[in-house]
Amino acid sequence: MSNVRVLVGTRKGAFILSSDAKRDRWEVSGPHFAGWEIYHLKGSPADPSRLYASQSSGWFGQVIQRSSDGGTTWEAVGNEFVYDGVPGTHQWYDGTPHPWEFKRVWHLEPSLTDPDTVYAGVEDAAMFRTTDGGRSWHELSGLRGHGSGPRWQPGAGGLCLHTILIDPKNHDRMFIAISAAGAFRTDDGGKTWQPINRGLRSQYIPDQDAEVGHCVHRLAMHASRPDVLFMQKHWDVMRTDNAGDSWTEVSGNLPTDFGFVIDVHAHEPETIYVVPIKNDSEHFPPDGKLRVYRSRTGGHEWEALTNGLPQSDCYVNVLRDAMAVDSLDKCGIYFGTTGGQVYVSPDAGDTWTSIVRDLPPVVSIEVQTLAAP
Amino acid sequence: MRALMIKVVLPAHLRTLAGVGGGDVLLDVRGQATLRSVLDALEARYPTLRGTIRDHGTHKRRAFIRFFACEEDLSHEPPDAPLPEAVASGAEPLYVVGAIAGGA
Repeated sequence: MSNVRVLVGTRKGAFILSSDAKRDRWEVSGPHFAGWEIYHLKGSPADPSRLYASQSSGWFGQVIQRSSDGGTTWEAVGNEFVYDGVPGTHQWYDGTPHPWEFKRVWHLEPSLTDPDTVYAGVEDAAMFRTTDGGRSWHELSGLRGHGSGPRWQPGAGGLCLHTILIDPKNHDRMFIAISAAGAFRTDDGGKTWQPINRGLRSQYIPDQDAEVGHCVHRLAMHASRPDVLFMQKHWDVMRTDNAGDSWTEVSGNLPTDFGFVIDVHAHEPETIYVVPIKNDSEHFPPDGKLRVYRSRTGGHEWEALTNGLPQSDCYVNVLRDAMAVDSLDKCGIYFGTTGGQVYVSPDAGDTWTSIVRDLPPVVSIEVQTLAAP
Repeated sequence: MRALMIKVVLPAHLRTLAGVGGGDVLLDVRGQATLRSVLDALEARYPTLRGTIRDHGTHKRRAFIRFFACEEDLSHEPPDAPLPEAVASGAEPLYVVGAIAGGA
């Protein structure tokens, strides 16, 4: 028998939702770090009791919290994120040069094998790593040093590095995504990087198929096939079958291909999920109906999943880090909304129910599938 | 060199982060009481506050932090300027305040 632990980051604190494998009765713990923005929290695959959380505030800046007991107690660890060398400039919203400035950590990705090693995706976009459990952080500056950095520009949420995927078969290979620069890959553990945006087209940049400048909202991977990636771009749902060397659009019959989240079923690598959002100026579901769309064919053909989700007068958003899956036999799908709801489907999307309905706006969701004690 | 006992009032979020409960913070400060010496002593006592009031490295005051004492705004005083005698003597606290900046 297994348990699940859902780690919820919100605009006003973190919450931890726990259940057994039935996923029908939940305990809610929190708010942790009440009043602070929690952009992300995630557990170590190598030690599920080890959690890391990004706690931030416009007043007080960045704090990193670490737990060694599954989120019962926490300790603040290192919060000094200093860019390597002279940071230089990226593009501002109006295209003028703007100095690189650290603002916050968007995403924490623990190593697959070492609980003390964690990668951090930050705004302004860069990648940092700790190898001492969060006490000290050092930039993997080859990413910004790749050469295209001066052409990166912020999306509406800022110039954020929001997605980090580690290849489970080759830990030196990682994929990251930046709004609005695009996707990048390293094959040498983060020393050097290359943009992987061939096949993307974006109408909001002068050269629509440029090497960089694309507003990638989220990447997803199935552990069994790390060369296959799925992408929710600003507009367009995309896939690659060659580790990002080229992308093809798989939006198919979606009612709109704008959105933020995308994820993959834990046991079916061609089953993927998105939540279509009306457009980039109206960040809510089309027609006031909250619908998850599932494709069992790796894209192109999509079905609406509505059972248990509000189908009228619903005007929430689902932010880019706010969907996750568990790895129970019947895969559970989870997502959180800016209206404070966290939904679960214990049957791969067929039916949905809310775990909680009135949290602060949800920024991120992660799920841990745990062996029962 | 005389040791001073300085009172500092922190915003609620920083009291929680430092684990100091609801009361004032009392700090031993060596030498002259200035914003720099008081904040150095504060961060030495509570390392989790490093980076939350002033930036790492540059020690520049974070944009949404203010320093008040004796009904005066000291936010823009030089970091090595002497604090008012009432603060230096412990009669009045130094307030570290989160700026009024909306209620999101």
